[in-house]
Amino acid sequence: MTKEISLEHVWVEFGEFTAVHKANLNIAGGEFFSFLGPSGCGKTTLLRCISGFQEPTRGKVKIGGEDMRGVGPNKRPTALIFQNLALFPLRSIADNIAFPLEVRGVDKKTRRKRADELLELIALSGQGDKKVSELSGGQKQRVAIARALAVEPDILLLDEPLSALDLKLRQHMRTELRAIQKQVGLTFIYITHDQGEALTMSDRIAVMNKGKIEQIGDGKAIYDHPTTSFVASFVGENNVLEGTVLSNDGQKMQIDAGLGTPFTVESHPAGGPALAPGDDCHLFVRPEALRISKDESSINQFESNFVTEEFEGNMRHIVMNANGKDLKLSLINDGTNAIDANAPVKLDFAPEMGIALKPGELASA
Amino acid sequence: MRDLFYDLVRRNGMAVSIYLMLAVSIWVFLLIILPQLTMLDYSFRFNLPPAKIGGPEDVYTLEQYRYFFQGSGASDGINTLDIGILFKTLFAAVFVTVFDLIICYPVAFVLAKSSAGAKARLLVLALIVPYWINEILRAFAFRILFGATGVINETGMGLGLWDTPIDFIREDVALYAGLAYAYILLMIFPLYNAIESLDRNQIEAARDMGANWWQVHAKVVIPYAKPGIASGMTMVFMLTSGALAAPQILGGPSNLWFTQLVYQWFNSGGNWPRGSAYAMVLLIVCIALVLLVMRLFKVSIGEIKQ
Repeated sequence: MTKEISLEHVWVEFGEFTAVHKANLNIAGGEFFSFLGPSGCGKTTLLRCISGFQEPTRGKVKIGGEDMRGVGPNKRPTALIFQNLALFPLRSIADNIAFPLEVRGVDKKTRRKRADELLELIALSGQGDKKVSELSGGQKQRVAIARALAVEPDILLLDEPLSALDLKLRQHMRTELRAIQKQVGLTFIYITHDQGEALTMSDRIAVMNKGKIEQIGDGKAIYDHPTTSFVASFVGENNVLEGTVLSNDGQKMQIDAGLGTPFTVESHPAGGPALAPGDDCHLFVRPEALRISKDESSINQFESNFVTEEFEGNMRHIVMNANGKDLKLSLINDGTNAIDANAPVKLDFAPEMGIALKPGELASA
Repeated sequence: MRDLFYDLVRRNGMAVSIYLMLAVSIWVFLLIILPQLTMLDYSFRFNLPPAKIGGPEDVYTLEQYRYFFQGSGASDGINTLDIGILFKTLFAAVFVTVFDLIICYPVAFVLAKSSAGAKARLLVLALIVPYWINEILRAFAFRILFGATGVINETGMGLGLWDTPIDFIREDVALYAGLAYAYILLMIFPLYNAIESLDRNQIEAARDMGANWWQVHAKVVIPYAKPGIASGMTMVFMLTSGALAAPQILGGPSNLWFTQLVYQWFNSGGNWPRGSAYAMVLLIVCIALVLLVMRLFKVSIGEIKQ
């Protein structure tokens, strides 16, 4: 059984400080939903509202249509996986997993049987009698998941559970988490500041900043069609140019960004705030959208000079300078993109790859 | 020992290490072990006038211990009076210890988990300040509090809860309250230290997984705090069973604490060997009891020192 969750005008205030600012959203049953944002953006507070450790100052949290106000964390159909996992160090692995059953008064034999089933699910069969300290980071992670699944909750809440793992393991656990989610078919709500995690695992993502939900959408929408400057600069690398809108016919916009000929970009297809001629704007162009011009004159072309290069093997990350502005450029290392460090280089980008948005707060690097 | 010394030297330098070793040695040997050994030696001797000490009659004997068990009567008699007082003392000390644990656990938990920073320090200060007052003064304050015309009786009668003054002193209420109060900090602080280091997420995880408050404490907090509980209980029990001032001042007229017996043998009885034997009996019985309880609850001494 999975249950849908809805947040209706949820505010959380700590004295003068507003931790969550009118959060409004629905999460469908069985969805893998992520809250993505920098630390302090209110995502953990929102998770605590869903799990019941925090009551919203105003607004409602509904699970399966039921208002959860006044329902304690031990009575909600949610299971929370903590950032540090919070496994009980004095208990064996099996006793950790069976803890939720133990507090519900399930007898020892049934508990052990269920623990063994879950150990099998997380590929740790026969290791139930080990101590927590004897497991590796990834194994502990899986035990925490098994423990959360022990009483078949409707919703699994995960608070940056992978942040303590090393890179390789983190990438492996992403796949594994997603697989477990598919297998058990539960609603997963995932909190992270790591956009890679959010993009690879989630069905949908809510990007948060300073207590506000900036944008909700699937990974592709968030990455390709950000609707605010914050989302554009927080999710993935982005180059931002300050410019002025010259014209906007609803299909195409002309933007003067101070780099010679005005740029042509598509009017925002996701229906972000409309820009009118004369408006200031932020023009975002992703490093992978910038190209070295193959023709002498192509659309959205400008001149730049080589600054520095970071070589990553498969990718080359190059910094170019155009009219005093540093721009990042990511090129596939396929041997075709030689750059002359001593002469001006012409760069361009496709009109659909430039995103013009109302100037807003940028994510700090 | 040598390795320990080298290790100290490497970490702290020669001067500090020599000071540390000397200070600890003097403390342990001169101030603890030596007097106790002398007491032990005394307890196996006859109570002789000074002239005969070192003479032919000054030999080792079990007489003082025999007296504790059998009294002065026939050789098959049992010293029910003194043995009774020992057991009463132990029982009362256990009661006081458990009572302190029950009072202190919630306080320590709230202090450790619910209050942060400045507020917690203020609460700790509020707990410590009363202990700037001398122990004997505090005992007398309890006597005044629980006396026939004391605040409690006056208030109780004023509110019409009872008509004639209750003799709290005779009923030992004053004694138990005084003893429970005397060493309460030694219960709070070990508990506080143990609970404070518990990761808050452990409590929340337990809550989240369906545990009610009682289960959170029984299954997560108390097992974790067990070494602190053991340490607090040991200290309170040992000090309570060895307390002298509070029983002297607050004890009922017909009610002796075992330490008062020891005191009597040393002081008014002028029988130091017998006093030593009684002190040894108390020490050994208390240690045995502590070790037994620790064994029952599966706490090792190593855990306690944390």
